[in-house]
Amino acid sequence: MTNNSSLVRVKNLKIGLEDGTELVKGINFSMGHERVALVGESGSGKSLTARSLMGLLPGSLLVQANQFELLGETVLSYSQRQWNKLRGKQVAMVLQDPKYALNPTQNIGRQVAESLVLHQSLAKKIRIEKVEYMLDAVGLPNPAQLCKMYPHQLSGGMGQRVMLAMALINDPQFLIADEPTSALDHAVRDQVLELISSLVEERNMGLLLISHDLQQVADHCERVLVMYQGQLIDQLAASELSNASHPYTKTLWSCRPNIDKRGEALPILDRKQIASLTGGAVR
Amino acid sequence: MNLIELNQVSISHVQGSERNTVVHDVSLTVKAGECFGLVGPSGCGKSTLLWALAGLNPNWSGSINMLGQPLTAGKVFSGDLRRRVQMVFQDPYASLHPKHRLRRALSEPLKLLGYQDIDDRLSEGFKQVGLAENMIDRYPHQLSGGQRQRVAIIRALLLEPKLLLLDEPTSALDMSVQAEILNLLNDLKEKRDLTMVMVSHDPEVVDYMCDHAVTMKAGRIDTEKFYN
Repeated sequence: MTNNSSLVRVKNLKIGLEDGTELVKGINFSMGHERVALVGESGSGKSLTARSLMGLLPGSLLVQANQFELLGETVLSYSQRQWNKLRGKQVAMVLQDPKYALNPTQNIGRQVAESLVLHQSLAKKIRIEKVEYMLDAVGLPNPAQLCKMYPHQLSGGMGQRVMLAMALINDPQFLIADEPTSALDHAVRDQVLELISSLVEERNMGLLLISHDLQQVADHCERVLVMYQGQLIDQLAASELSNASHPYTKTLWSCRPNIDKRGEALPILDRKQIASLTGGAVR
Repeated sequence: MNLIELNQVSISHVQGSERNTVVHDVSLTVKAGECFGLVGPSGCGKSTLLWALAGLNPNWSGSINMLGQPLTAGKVFSGDLRRRVQMVFQDPYASLHPKHRLRRALSEPLKLLGYQDIDDRLSEGFKQVGLAENMIDRYPHQLSGGQRQRVAIIRALLLEPKLLLLDEPTSALDMSVQAEILNLLNDLKEKRDLTMVMVSHDPEVVDYMCDHAVTMKAGRIDTEKFYN
């Protein structure tokens, strides 16, 4: 079970529209019980890749792959019923914005308990205990009181913690976090990332963390995958980022403004150069 | 020269008979040609302050002097001020009319002011922010987030403002696109002799961009900082 490359194995994954436009253009990667960041600009296909691992792509998209294994199972041809058994139990996801991802009409306790009801048959008392334990584990105060509250009564950071509690309550083996901090305040971002990575490490899970801010995720991950326009253009260890060789990775790494860069232009992407590089790499 | 002078300004949100004061006794000055930063966590009143400076919230007390002209509380902007103060909003997806092509959305204020050479001005604007001119006949949904924010900047600059108010101009954008927009703003500031007031929750952006910044906390100014 702790075999280190068994969580996800993807070979030549292609996601395209029905008219033949390819959005993800044949990517290969595998990961085990480790923390991996998937980085790229919006439109680079990183969210599509993550959603394909959850079986959450809309039916109008075509998914093809030579190999598409999740937890050792070939899931490419899974039916919705088979996905339902897997999702929320062994694979879970944290979305970008708690304001939109949580159900505004249900209280927190009910929403967190939902995946317990779906995947485990527990007595009500044990279920409530478990929900409160989980809310406590993600660092929320007063779990019993919180269970009766509704999403609009929470701040963004608290909402994101609730979402994390929902994802982790069934002890999944693999967590996908799709830009979990983009909708949050700057000060809260590091706290939430810190929480995610420490919980993941404690439970020996695999984490796929999606982001567009390379510097921020670098501290919380062991390995980084870089996507650009549907292609996986670079893979490297997080500790190697400061001497990355690929120009795109280099720019992403250095484009964050700070006080030392005052008065000089920030590095920006030379899209032509990158296009010629990636074009060359594929063909 | 001081472009903005605030003295003991408090700002409230009024809804029906309820009045909620969000900004308390703020005094500050912004010099011409400066990039002024307003930093703070969400809910600290920084955007409220900016909206009042844009004339979008007349419910303030104290004294505000803008571009050498004293404002009257309770009244919206009038005269030249309406052109000389322009704003760029946070969310580029929400700030352009979804059913108007860019040409129509951008030329509206120019028509209102009776300009003749609208098309020339528009294409000049597109050139300045680094967008292809043929994009002008597109709809907003056909642009990426960074391109939309550029269009929002063109819109603000078309009226040749003296003061540009920026409400978290890059927080909805990718890190790499943020770098492009910040470079563009620095460039424009130099070329057009603009004064900018920028709201951000990212202290690093403010450290990079601004000459003078205040940190706000619960509606009051917490610290003031000058960069040399």
